[in-house]
Amino acid sequence: MADLLANLQQFFEIVRYPAGSALCLAGAILCVIGTIGVMRFPDFYTRMHAASITDTSGASVILIGMALMAPDWLVVVKLVVIFWLVFLTSPTASHAVASAAHTAGLQPLIGRVGQKPDDDEGAA
Amino acid sequence: MAYFLGLLIALAAFWLGMSGHFEPLLLGLGAASLAVTLILAYRLDILDREGVPYVRVVGFALYFPWLMKEIVKANWTVIRACLRADLDIAPTLVKLKTVCKSDLAKVTFANSITLTPGTVTVEIDGDKLLVHGLYEQDSQPEAFAEMDKRSARAIDGKGAAA
Repeated sequence: MADLLANLQQFFEIVRYPAGSALCLAGAILCVIGTIGVMRFPDFYTRMHAASITDTSGASVILIGMALMAPDWLVVVKLVVIFWLVFLTSPTASHAVASAAHTAGLQPLIGRVGQKPDDDEGAA
Repeated sequence: MAYFLGLLIALAAFWLGMSGHFEPLLLGLGAASLAVTLILAYRLDILDREGVPYVRVVGFALYFPWLMKEIVKANWTVIRACLRADLDIAPTLVKLKTVCKSDLAKVTFANSITLTPGTVTVEIDGDKLLVHGLYEQDSQPEAFAEMDKRSARAIDGKGAAA
C-alpha cells in the first residue's frame, strides 16, 4: 500500500508540471474564445454572455493549472481564495452592468439572429 | 454567539492560510486584527445570517458540485455559439418567479443564473427575476426550476423547497 502511494506520489510529481501548463494554456484559449465571442455577438447583452466564459471557465481552468504547479499548500490556499473571490464577484459585477443597462433603457435584441451576413460585426 | 464563533473560525483560518508563519509575533498580530475585526463587526451589527453565512456551508457544499456541472455544460453551449461559422443565436428575455424566501437565497439563485454562461439576471423585484438568455429554447422558465429549487434548499433549508 505504501509502495503504491509512493508510486502515485512519484507519478504526480512527474505529471503535474505538464498537466498544469496544459491547463493554463487551455484556460488562455478559453479566454481568447470569450473575446472572439465578445467581438462577434450583435448587442450588449449577448456580448456579456460571451464575456462570462472568460470569467468562469477561463479563470477556473487557469487557477486549477496554477494549483497543480504550486510549490506548497499555502499557494493553493491563496489560489482557492482567489477562485472564491472571482466566483462571488464576477456574477455580481455582470448583474450590476446588466441592471444598469436595463435601467438606462437599453433594449435587448430579441429573436433569432444570424443566417445572414452581418454588416459591421462580420469584420471582427 | 454561533455567528460570532463562525466569524472567528473563518477569520482565523483565513489569516493562517494567508500567512503560513507561526512565530509568536505574527500570531499575536493576527490575534489583534481578529479582535479588532470582531469588535468592529459587533459594533456595526453585521453579525447576522447574511454577514456570517457559514451556518449554511453544508447545504452550499452539496449545491456547489451540481452548479459546477451546470456551468461546464452551459460553457460548452456558449463556446460553440462563439465559434460557429454562422452566428446562430436567439436572445430572449424571460420572467421567472422564484421559490426562494430569504434575500441570501435569492442572491444565490440570481448569481447562479449569472454564473452559468448564456443567462444573466437583469433585474430582481420581490420574487420575480428578469433573465436575459442567449438561446430562446434553453431559457424557458422550466429550465431554471431545478436551480431555483436547489438554491432554495441549499440556503433556506429543507422546508423551503416544498
